[in-house]
Amino acid sequence: MDLNITDEQRLLVETMRRFVREEILPLEEKLDPDAFELEPADYERLVEKTKSMGFFGLDIPEEFGGPGVDIVTRALLAMEMSQHRAGLYTPCYEVFGAVGLAQLYEANEDQKERFLYPTLRGEKRTFFGLTEPSGGSDPARAIRTRAVKDGNEWVINGSKIFISGADRADYGLVFARTDPSKGRGGVTCFIVERDMPGFHVRRVVHTLRSSDYGTELQFEDLRVPEANVLGEVNGGFAIANDRLMRQRIPYAAYCLGPAIKSQEMSIEYSKIRETFGAPLATRQSIQNMIIDNEIDIRTSRWLVLAAADKAHRGESYRLDVAMAKLLASEAASRVVDRAMQIHGGYGVTKDLPLERWYREMRIRRIGEGPSEVQRLVIARDLIGGSFH
Amino acid sequence: MALRMDKPWQPLDADTVAKLPGQLGIYQIADASGQVLYIGYAGGRSLFGLRGKLRDEVKQRRQGATQFRVEVNMQYLTRHVELLMVHRADHGALPRDNEVEGTPRLGRLSVA
Repeated sequence: MDLNITDEQRLLVETMRRFVREEILPLEEKLDPDAFELEPADYERLVEKTKSMGFFGLDIPEEFGGPGVDIVTRALLAMEMSQHRAGLYTPCYEVFGAVGLAQLYEANEDQKERFLYPTLRGEKRTFFGLTEPSGGSDPARAIRTRAVKDGNEWVINGSKIFISGADRADYGLVFARTDPSKGRGGVTCFIVERDMPGFHVRRVVHTLRSSDYGTELQFEDLRVPEANVLGEVNGGFAIANDRLMRQRIPYAAYCLGPAIKSQEMSIEYSKIRETFGAPLATRQSIQNMIIDNEIDIRTSRWLVLAAADKAHRGESYRLDVAMAKLLASEAASRVVDRAMQIHGGYGVTKDLPLERWYREMRIRRIGEGPSEVQRLVIARDLIGGSFH
Repeated sequence: MALRMDKPWQPLDADTVAKLPGQLGIYQIADASGQVLYIGYAGGRSLFGLRGKLRDEVKQRRQGATQFRVEVNMQYLTRHVELLMVHRADHGALPRDNEVEGTPRLGRLSVA
């Protein structure tokens, strides 16, 4: 594997770095430390800018009008665009386009017209409804939301939890059990519209991530037309699983932005902060933290790019991305933690971004498949067998 | 935590506000009948947190405002959005002064 980046990638990375430094950081100085949105006028201005740069909709495939960024370059950009206070969960405040529902690229033409294209034009917002109160790590078995066929419609009853953006979405994907006798093979994906009777956003779920929230959804005799079934009946698990695996590459890469920035801050601060007459940088215990940070960052970066490279070449990357997600989320947590220690009291204040990254990074070890599930995936690939 | 804010109302005056904590959180301003006029928050950049924000409210004195209540809450942004959405679900509109000020992009809750 060749991990030397190309001249084109280097140019894109440098452009993104400059964008964060010149456009995002100055705005962030005036926002609340936990902010997750720009002022509307700033957002519109920057979206126009990213469109004129040809960068808008980074995750949209070229055939649908996107810039056609390959997955390796996408990972490199993710590491850059997350190097600011809100960067872990809202990199560049989504002025490069929000993450859409990649499953809709596989939708039929009618569904693309009604849902995909308006979403790509920024006219419709979406949510992804998979996790339930009964569990999120094993969705194939944990899904208890039921969908029962009634004429040309499906009637859905059940609930979902930790669903981001459902209260503001126009529609979303909801996974429901359509055949209780089959595990993975008994789940179907439905396109559910917000205004359908029986669709309820019951509450906001507050978390460590105070910048944004999940929601709890309830479906009460929610009637969905047959035309809103995405893919095959009982074929929903494959749709969900494909998305979860692909998502882990940028998800892991985004962890590295705050880690890299934390390390930069730590090195700079250790050179100017003096204790007992000498800079922190001369203290071996501080040096060790900085060394461990660098090792964590470089090993994570290597695994993320290796997984992206395999995905780019069309090879199986399930094992690689599981290792990348596991290591990047855990290593970045350690880096931010050490950076706080080096910064002392200032590290835990809202004056610096470290405390926000510390809280949000904790969630990365759970979101998109917790560390324990990544280990299961790795073990299954190395040893064989299936989950029990 | 209750969906709706259930802390006791307190008179909106300088002496009462001076006893507030300097922590971050949410507050509501109401008229004498308890009608909420404004929902605000003391965020990470506020000086003296809730005490500072309410001190500003005493000075500013919104039209009809006579009482307030606070909730210390580190999730002040998401709680603020939640209270605005609940108020709109309950009353069909945002509090008077939030309507004027403009709000973050709000979603829709089906509250019981």
